[in-house]
Amino acid sequence: MKYTTQKVAYWFFLSALGLLALQIVYGFIMGFAHMGMDGLHDFIPFNTARAVHTNLLVCWLLLGFMGSAYYIIPEESQNELYSPKLAYIQLISFLAVGVTAVIAYHFNWWEGRKFLEIPRPLDYLVVVNVLAFLFNILMTLFKGKKQTTTALVLTMGLLFSALLYLPGMIWFDSQTLDSFYRWYVVHLWVEGVWELIMGGILAFLLIKITGVDREVIEKWLYVIVGLTFLSGILGTGHHFYYIGAPSYWLWIGGIFSALEPLAFLAMALFALNMYRKGEKKHPNKTALNWTLGAAITSFVGAGLLGAAHTLPNVNLYTHGTLVTAMHGHMAFWGAYAMIVLAIIAYAMPNLTGRKLFNNGISQYAFWLSNIGMIGMTVAFGVAGVAQVYLERILGVDFMETQKEIEPHFLVLVLCASGFTIGITLYIINFFKFGKPTDEALVAAS
Amino acid sequence: MLTKSQAKIFFLAGTIIFSVLFLGLSYDTHVNKHDDQTNADKITPEVVAGKHLWESNNCMGCHTIFGEGAYYAPELTKVIERRGAPYVKGVLMSPTPWGEHTSGRKMVAYGFSEEEANNLIAYFEWIGNVDLNGFPAKPKYEIKKTK
Repeated sequence: MKYTTQKVAYWFFLSALGLLALQIVYGFIMGFAHMGMDGLHDFIPFNTARAVHTNLLVCWLLLGFMGSAYYIIPEESQNELYSPKLAYIQLISFLAVGVTAVIAYHFNWWEGRKFLEIPRPLDYLVVVNVLAFLFNILMTLFKGKKQTTTALVLTMGLLFSALLYLPGMIWFDSQTLDSFYRWYVVHLWVEGVWELIMGGILAFLLIKITGVDREVIEKWLYVIVGLTFLSGILGTGHHFYYIGAPSYWLWIGGIFSALEPLAFLAMALFALNMYRKGEKKHPNKTALNWTLGAAITSFVGAGLLGAAHTLPNVNLYTHGTLVTAMHGHMAFWGAYAMIVLAIIAYAMPNLTGRKLFNNGISQYAFWLSNIGMIGMTVAFGVAGVAQVYLERILGVDFMETQKEIEPHFLVLVLCASGFTIGITLYIINFFKFGKPTDEALVAAS
Repeated sequence: MLTKSQAKIFFLAGTIIFSVLFLGLSYDTHVNKHDDQTNADKITPEVVAGKHLWESNNCMGCHTIFGEGAYYAPELTKVIERRGAPYVKGVLMSPTPWGEHTSGRKMVAYGFSEEEANNLIAYFEWIGNVDLNGFPAKPKYEIKKTK
């Protein structure tokens, strides 16, 4: 059964892809600056480019999650969305806040805390916005015919994301406490509750694409999100090693963050097993590629590359170097960007009635963006490891080290170009689908 | 064989137990350990004013402090020990972008007043004396530049 209010999701997906495109532009500005070409410094200094790049990432992923929820929750709860009008108001206001923040960063107006740069007055608007979103989703669920595990896990992830935003809004005179509670937001989002969202979307896609029984998929969904919290909550300790927190975080953070890849490994094995058990009859192979790709790449990017530098004796040297950028890029790409691109790839044919899923352009989009991202990760990794040895082990000055590793940023920019072509093809294919129609949704049911 | 309800219990029990443990350890860190480990009694109004300047100019968008931030400009946790206060003050008060006449990277010319520069230095001095469990590590070797 399909519901006509699901088409709200289209506008969230469209906005998310727009912000992704802009995020990439600012990524290039940073890549060139690292190569010594910072001609835009007077207009877009590095700290502006970086704040825009990371905040747009958060914004487009949140829009992607919201769009996913607006698509999934009506279908799972067998009920039209409570208020499409509220969803549109919420989208427009979210975009207005995001665009205002991006412009503000060009005029030195920000909070200046990594990932949470958004100026304080805009923070309150984000909170109101997210409350409106949650109200809409919860009312839809509450009034629905069914409350499935998939829907509940997804909603729980979104609800906790909203709650965990709050500790980041408290002022502390101490940089140590400031940092400590900032990780309540950042770590417990990306290595905690966002994995619930990812798990929820993944479970929905696997149920639809593989045809495996819902009970089986949802049972393993519980196991995976259980493993996520079992390792991820105390795993927050790996951010507390060197910020002025007690030394017991070295071994607590070390042990539990070394366990964090287990959740991602379980997710990858789960997705591959469900695919193997499934009927393999679903025609949308592109959505399948993105779904399985997300599960596997998140294990490599978030799980393995995170574990590679999470132990305290390694992190003592890699902390605050480009090694973190290596892990960060592939982790966000695999775990969150790819799952959003997967649900868009799955939803668009149903929303528009056009079966543009197995064409060349969507296949090239998948492979080029992934190969590009793997290349970028390798370039960051080589630059990061070289930085660690030169600066941290041999004591070479920071700026001299940066001059030595500049060539790796040329490789980064070249790989980023391949990635960008892939994303451009994805966006072109998105537009080729056209707009959603009620007829298509009824026909899809 | 694991049933769905057993899996649900595993998820709920694990989440509750580890959340409680995490909150307990956070309480211990904040209430019992923080002040001694960070010399919190030395957080003067100047240090707080410096922190405000640090944040309102998004210094973390290029530099790192406690190893946190961006990787475009130098780590500043021990900057006073490494460079000395007069050098740092010169950078902060420079009316032109620092690094403009070198092959290195440029820093935005913030042109801070003397009072603002002193506040930022007070902030860096406090930061530099926090017990960071050994970070930043001293380099294992000392090498000389040959050209």
